[in-house]
Amino acid sequence: MNFLRKYLDKQKPKFEKGGKLQKLHSVFTGFESFLFVPNRTTSSGCNIRDAIDLKRTMIIVVLALVPALLFGIFNVGFQHFKAIGTLADTGYIEMFFYGLWRVLPMIVVSYVVGLAIEFAAAQIRGHEINEGFLVSGLLIPMVMPVNAPLWMVGVSTAFAVIIGKEIFGGTGMNIWNPALLARAFFFFSYPSMISGDKVWIAGMPDGFSQATPLAEASQGIPATYDMASMFWGLIPGSIGETSTFCILLGAILLIATGIGSWKIMLSTFVGGYCMALLLAYTLPETNPYASITPISHLIMGGFAFGAVFMATDPVTSAQTERGKWIYGFILGVMAILIRTLNPGYPEGMMLAILLMNTFAPLIDWFVVQGNIKRRLKRAKQFQI
Amino acid sequence: MSDKETLFSAKNRGLLLGPLSKDNPVLVQILGICSALAVTAKLEPAIVMALSVTAVTAFSNVILSLLRNTIPTRIRIIVQLVVVAALVIIVDQVLKAYAYEVSKQLSVFVGLIITNCIIMGRIEAFALANKPWPSLLDGIGNGLGYGLVLVIVAFFRELLGSGTLFGFKVIPQIFYDWGYQNNGLMILPPMALMLVGLIIWVHRAKNKDLIEQK
Repeated sequence: MNFLRKYLDKQKPKFEKGGKLQKLHSVFTGFESFLFVPNRTTSSGCNIRDAIDLKRTMIIVVLALVPALLFGIFNVGFQHFKAIGTLADTGYIEMFFYGLWRVLPMIVVSYVVGLAIEFAAAQIRGHEINEGFLVSGLLIPMVMPVNAPLWMVGVSTAFAVIIGKEIFGGTGMNIWNPALLARAFFFFSYPSMISGDKVWIAGMPDGFSQATPLAEASQGIPATYDMASMFWGLIPGSIGETSTFCILLGAILLIATGIGSWKIMLSTFVGGYCMALLLAYTLPETNPYASITPISHLIMGGFAFGAVFMATDPVTSAQTERGKWIYGFILGVMAILIRTLNPGYPEGMMLAILLMNTFAPLIDWFVVQGNIKRRLKRAKQFQI
Repeated sequence: MSDKETLFSAKNRGLLLGPLSKDNPVLVQILGICSALAVTAKLEPAIVMALSVTAVTAFSNVILSLLRNTIPTRIRIIVQLVVVAALVIIVDQVLKAYAYEVSKQLSVFVGLIITNCIIMGRIEAFALANKPWPSLLDGIGNGLGYGLVLVIVAFFRELLGSGTLFGFKVIPQIFYDWGYQNNGLMILPPMALMLVGLIIWVHRAKNKDLIEQK
């Protein structure tokens, strides 16, 4: 690594003030801090420095996403060969590489578009480039159907980064989760490419269609998939969301490193379970969801993925400890509520998270106010 | 104001042209947003709406400016409403007679011109304190300023949302064959709000003096 350090040191003066490439200063520091821990010290005020900086936080989330991503890639191949009927003759490696061939371009498009905009915005404003997009750029393809055209992925990413993030001031300032905003944009802009029975399996032969378990449930079709395959993930769906097992692996990593809030995850699942339980007894027979058990609600569709990776986004979720419980619980309730009672939106998780992102600051405000009131009351007790 | 002032003095021109940019009712004063969201999915209704609002602001400004010294202050809002309502009904009837299809598309929003904040705002802020001629210019200017934003928003929404302009297909079929699709979000009102926001962004970037101090 030494030669790299030396090389960077040699190039550095060019990018400093007065240097030839001064305008690209933030690009340089971006790359430098990507490779090495910055050696700058804080210059003003009191600061608490933590070993877990933004870079490490982001890379751990990326690591947590890896199991779900690898499985998703494999599953793309699996579903494809299953659909064309040659599942028995195909090796696992071949399935994986087929999936990679389909998924990798989406990841590349999402990263290139998003990072290009982030770099450009950083140059224009003279900010430094943040690592924030490393996670969003990976999440975006994972919540898309595999058949999404690449230009649509690009447009959605651009929308999410510009409207969802840069307008509010860049990384850490956004109100909504950028990856979900990209999906929401996609969902409302090109509904035919992200819902229905034809978009979830790559390279499907003509005339073949296979609904996702969630779509089957919403239409009241008898389920093709049992609980086990929904848990392990060999079902059609968005690329990263199918395997609840792999998502839970990621959740363990996030919780063990303290990066994802276990309170939000747990309360989201509890909220979803309670709502599903309530609906299981109260839904009229005519509602197609009436026969779905609460547990399968939690492993269907994007619920687990959203609860683990999207709802826990440290920027857009509630910040106070009690607020996290409230935020997660209402999120779970809303997700199931939208899913079962609104026939227009087969998946409620996306809208529920975006809704709760909007309300997270309000929840925090009430929690903080409640705390102030309680402490004032206590202080008054001892006043003479 | 002296009587010798010409019809298009610098001040009067400012009344007419100011609302198009620096004093734009939508972009700067953030008025009239609701109808800007509702009628801008297509260009044609947007233009008709812009003309209707311009007519109503212009005439209501003139009429109330003429009446301004006879209206008791305490009941002025009622008088304003009567005048505006009468004008809106006339506009509605004219549209029904000569542009029935568009009038059907605009549906309730023609009637709702009466609640458009720009109209009451201009009457209260300008017509009640100024002579008829400047009031007319002010009314036309504000109506056109509002219409300008409407047309810009509707242009992008129709082009990207339906691939048409004035109902004619402008995006060539070959794009669709290559996999291009119309953007469904453009048809929905939220996108109009975002477009207005983006226009405000561009507008302020061009007119630095409009940017609020922190």
